[in-house]
Amino acid sequence: MLRMRHWTRLVVAVALLAVVGSGLVPAPGMAGPPQPAKGRGDKCVEPTDWMRRFHMTVLKHQRDDTVHLGIRTEKHSLKGCIDCHQVKGEDGKPVTVSDSRHFCRTCHDYAAVHVDCFDCHASRPGEATKTGGATDSPHAGIAVGPSDVTALNRYLEGSGR
Amino acid sequence: MRMKFEIPDDHACAGGKGCDCEPSVAHVGAGGAVDPVEVGRRWFLKTAAAVATTVLAPGVTLMTFAEVDAAHAKPAGEAVSSRRRWGLLIDAAKCKEGCTACVTACSNENGWTSTGHPATDAQWIRTLKVTSRSDGSTFQMPLMCQHCANPPCVDVCPTGASFQRADGIVLVDRHICIGCRYCMMACPYKARSFVHEPLQDQKPYAPRGKGCVESCTMCVHRVDAGGTPACVEACAKTGNVAMIFGDLNDKTSEIAMRVATYRTTRVRADLGTDPGVHYQNI
Ligand code: SF4
Ligand code: SF4
Repeated sequence: MLRMRHWTRLVVAVALLAVVGSGLVPAPGMAGPPQPAKGRGDKCVEPTDWMRRFHMTVLKHQRDDTVHLGIRTEKHSLKGCIDCHQVKGEDGKPVTVSDSRHFCRTCHDYAAVHVDCFDCHASRPGEATKTGGATDSPHAGIAVGPSDVTALNRYLEGSGR
Repeated sequence: MRMKFEIPDDHACAGGKGCDCEPSVAHVGAGGAVDPVEVGRRWFLKTAAAVATTVLAPGVTLMTFAEVDAAHAKPAGEAVSSRRRWGLLIDAAKCKEGCTACVTACSNENGWTSTGHPATDAQWIRTLKVTSRSDGSTFQMPLMCQHCANPPCVDVCPTGASFQRADGIVLVDRHICIGCRYCMMACPYKARSFVHEPLQDQKPYAPRGKGCVESCTMCVHRVDAGGTPACVEACAKTGNVAMIFGDLNDKTSEIAMRVATYRTTRVRADLGTDPGVHYQNI
């Protein structure tokens, strides 16, 4: 009986190694190597191996250029990654980072590295507004009290006319 | 009667892709002098290339401004330069009391909306109703970050997060901001807000998040692409056209011409912050 169990374990272990080693779909319940979503084009903006290791470096460089110098080239922009590697959910819309299928999450979950980017950045593509005029009011119903107005008046009347 | 904004025969490019003539040399009056009216008209024509007009009724024309004005688009890879100083000119006499088109447009554009905490919700732009204490007369004006040339918010920022771009736009680099809120205290215009709540689904071109201070960016993402701030566009759409946007350093821009021609003022000019936002009739 005991000998039988040892034998079974060995077979299972060998089978699992074969599956993981060949890069195929891992056994159920086992975390295999991540399979991040492919981008839209033929290849990434940089070699894939290099991007795996250094994408954060280019993103950081680009972010400084964009925020401080207004350089808005697409090649190394986070927006570019998000646009190209979007993963569609059941509703046909790109999923956000709250979904484990999100491009960034596939690897980051595996490596247990938290992504802070999406505390501020959109984690799925969106359209730029073409017009500025919609109808919902951001602070509708918030009235400024009379004391606030008086204080502002006093303040503004001090302006150097 | 001569029609306003008539396109002269010699102005072959007005109807096409937009005029690329130097504003200072093109279509000037006799003697070669730059005529303010002519330059204003030229600006209109240049913009008009990207404007769709619909006549709603005799004398009533609906104008839709295209998002991009080729006149100041810069290549995406080019850094901004101090040759420009972006500014706004707001005519309070044209700002209609009760209108909030600019505020709504800003909120929609940049994604700052109510989180149900009115006391602390972000406000990048607000309208003020100003009442004269002597005669009780009132007017309304929008107020946002004044994009000061000498910004106190930048002076006090301990991290360098609050900074001024070469073209005069004052921004917060949220990657660096530690949320200390010194800048909020230093700003004489109460232009800055702190984000207290976690956010989701921000606009891809306007990142913002909990723990950072933020304020009007002069729609920097639009400006860099050759566009106009959302508030200015929305104000024009209402027909009030109380706000204009442009390069204060370009002597031939509409904003610079108006600032040079009319008496404009800046809010609390006495503080020496040298705001990029000018007002008329306040
Ligand atoms: S208005 Fe306030 S936030 Fe804007 S640049 Fe001036 S001091 Fe800074
Ligand atoms: S809140 Fe941020 S931007 Fe403002 S002073 Fe502090 S670090 Fe600077």
